[in-house]
Amino acid sequence: MRYALFLGCNIPARVPEYETSAKFLLKELGVDFKEIGGFGCCGYPFRVIDLTTSLVLSAKNLALAERENRHILSLCQCCYGTLKKAKKMLDEDLSLKNRINEFLRGEGLNYEGTVEVKHLLHVLYKDLSLERIREKVSNPLSDIKVASHYGCHALRPSSLVELDDPSDPRLLEELINITGAQSLLVNKRLECCGAPLLGTNDEVALNFTREKIADALKNEAEYLCVACPYCKLQLENFQEKLFGKKVLSTILITDLINMAFGLQKAH
Amino acid sequence: MLGILALFAFFVFLGGLVFKLSSWFRSSLRGEREGFKRFVIGFLSLGRALFSAKLGLILKVLLLDGILQRRTLKESPYRWLMHVLIYWGFALLIITHALGKLVFEDYISTTFPHALLRDLFGSIVLVGVGMAIWRRIRKAPTLRTSRMDLYAIAAVLVIVFSGFFLKGAKIISYKDYLRMVEEYGSVGSEEESKALEAYWVKKMGLVSPREIEEALVAKGEEIHQFQCAFCHANPRWSFLSYGLSRTLVPFAGGLDRVNFTAKLWWVHILICLIALAILPFTKFLHLISVPLSLVINALWDPKRSNSLNLKTKQMIELDACVHCGTCTLKCAVLDAEKPLGNIRVLPSEKIEPLKRLVSKRKLSQTELQEILQGVYLCTNCLRCTVSCPSGINLQELWFEAREALFERGLWEPALLSPLSFYRGLRAEELGERYDKPILEIKEKLSRRFEPKDNVLQISEEKGLEFCEATFRGCFACQTCTNVCPVVFQYEKPEEVLGFLPHQIMRLCAMGLKEAVYGSEMLLSCLTCYKCQEACPQGVMVTDILMVLKMETLKALREERNEIRAISGV
Repeated sequence: MRYALFLGCNIPARVPEYETSAKFLLKELGVDFKEIGGFGCCGYPFRVIDLTTSLVLSAKNLALAERENRHILSLCQCCYGTLKKAKKMLDEDLSLKNRINEFLRGEGLNYEGTVEVKHLLHVLYKDLSLERIREKVSNPLSDIKVASHYGCHALRPSSLVELDDPSDPRLLEELINITGAQSLLVNKRLECCGAPLLGTNDEVALNFTREKIADALKNEAEYLCVACPYCKLQLENFQEKLFGKKVLSTILITDLINMAFGLQKAH
Repeated sequence: MLGILALFAFFVFLGGLVFKLSSWFRSSLRGEREGFKRFVIGFLSLGRALFSAKLGLILKVLLLDGILQRRTLKESPYRWLMHVLIYWGFALLIITHALGKLVFEDYISTTFPHALLRDLFGSIVLVGVGMAIWRRIRKAPTLRTSRMDLYAIAAVLVIVFSGFFLKGAKIISYKDYLRMVEEYGSVGSEEESKALEAYWVKKMGLVSPREIEEALVAKGEEIHQFQCAFCHANPRWSFLSYGLSRTLVPFAGGLDRVNFTAKLWWVHILICLIALAILPFTKFLHLISVPLSLVINALWDPKRSNSLNLKTKQMIELDACVHCGTCTLKCAVLDAEKPLGNIRVLPSEKIEPLKRLVSKRKLSQTELQEILQGVYLCTNCLRCTVSCPSGINLQELWFEAREALFERGLWEPALLSPLSFYRGLRAEELGERYDKPILEIKEKLSRRFEPKDNVLQISEEKGLEFCEATFRGCFACQTCTNVCPVVFQYEKPEEVLGFLPHQIMRLCAMGLKEAVYGSEMLLSCLTCYKCQEACPQGVMVTDILMVLKMETLKALREERNEIRAISGV
């Protein structure tokens, strides 16, 4: 399967290490991926500003990937959820699709509906299979305990995502275990990181962040494994404010697997 | 006369420049008066940088990004070539032609190599301008061309073309020829005079009203070599002017009658001087502001640099924008412009209204609303900043503009969208100023949509069609509310959140969705989709909450715009 790597806005600006490590991992696994220059905002923040605008932004990205005959591989869960939702809405409503396509015509683009939207976890777990990842592990990380943080849009709404059981998933734990690290089934692993409310309701946002980290610490986690730039920023940036010091390292799933592949980094 | 005019133009230019430079210290996005303080601090910082190890960095930036245009090359080789042709071509024209007498000891514009160089550099500029026009028309049709862009292109074209025409007309002018012969030549006999003229008509492009005797050309050459060649190289060296002169041949007599060359000379000179005099108020100010912006941003350290200097820097940056549109071509939300019908969403189109704002020039209510929304609708992806050939930290300009506009009483409901995530990351930096806009807009919202006032309004279900009106299936089992992690945060959630998810779904089903617009629940929804996942009836709870939030923010914005339009505040 051929993919168009979708980085979104946060990764290049604030989490560049995710881009580096994801590209390294995808190359190691022999995934055919490409970056597309015209990719822009996925439309996520615009869902509460103007639905049409949000859909136009989503549709442009979808159409761009479609033109290259590639499926979208998103590293960000909010981008993923938004693009996937937009695709569903456009695919189910012809008149809506036509209306949105009107906006793209000026740029010579047209969204048909053939493109698929996938998150990195989906590609690793479903498209590639755990076996292919296991084969490459040369440096098992035997001595570390890693708590999993799924991120909301990897699982929910399951009717849209169709990745794993939304109430009791195992895919992230399985991925962690493959690296040789010990995954911890912490209570709050399915909770939100709080990022969507940062900037509008910080109290609630930071409550979630605090509870999440405290829960992982209670379970003696050494790392908190994430697969989304929003989660990464949220869980990483407020530890000093919440706990007085940095108490727990977040680790990107890509970094974790790369380490197991023998790439020395971060550990 | 010319000297006086040139001096006058130069002093007008200097005066304008001082005014512009001072405006960098006087104005700011917030509109404070602290010009003198900023001037002193800015001056000291600059001095400190110049007399330190950073001088090397400054020179490197000026060479690589200024003269060699590295940042432009990185973005687009086409644009680099285009700009370098105009920039270097024009600079060389100024050095070797306009300032020729100051640069060369024995400068005579009609000798070799000056006759060639002038045409060469002039044509280089023309190729560059041609590329610029082509780019605006064909290559990047999304580019907006402002009046200032047109002026810049037109000014260069007029200066260069008037020069070419002037030279072309001079080559053929019999009047100029006679004047020259009279002033510099000494032709004794009528035959000698005819001979020289014959040579000039045959070899030097002159157009004479008299008959020419071929036989005299050889003799004319002798006289020419002896008397004229010292100052007059073959006009074919000025290849473009010479070519142009051939097309003017049929009009030679008429042109002489109206004294064309003398008049055109004044046109050429005056246009150059006027362009110089008004330079500080045109796009050409970028000759000064862009190198400054490049150097300042290379030296800038956000952790250590002075906050007063930041304001000065941003004022310089506003003037360093040349409206090239690189940022817009890179902008992540470029495509939001059309559906929203707001051109100020595009980064390159935000600068002009911001400039007007800081210089206290008038903006209409619509313009204000557009720029306000424009600076908010930014995902902070940093692409504009990274790509700007002038090195402007555009993203930071929008960030500052949002805060500054709020302090000027201009608020935007989009502050309550996930776009504010970036602002949240920088909460500590903003200190006490952080919470105020959030609380204020929320208060406006809850005041506007107090449930009591609206509870009896029965509204259409517009907007919710996207969620397939699934709320109709809700039988208020409260599962959504029970699984909601935000609701779970509070002991008495309805006191904080207003209506809870299941109540909101029921109100929607009853056609009373506007009753929930003021509910904090909409603003505090994480969109974690737990409720939607858990609903036994397949109600798209989260999606509905999101649509309702969108409608709320839109309604608030529309109402604000109406109030402003009426009151003019």
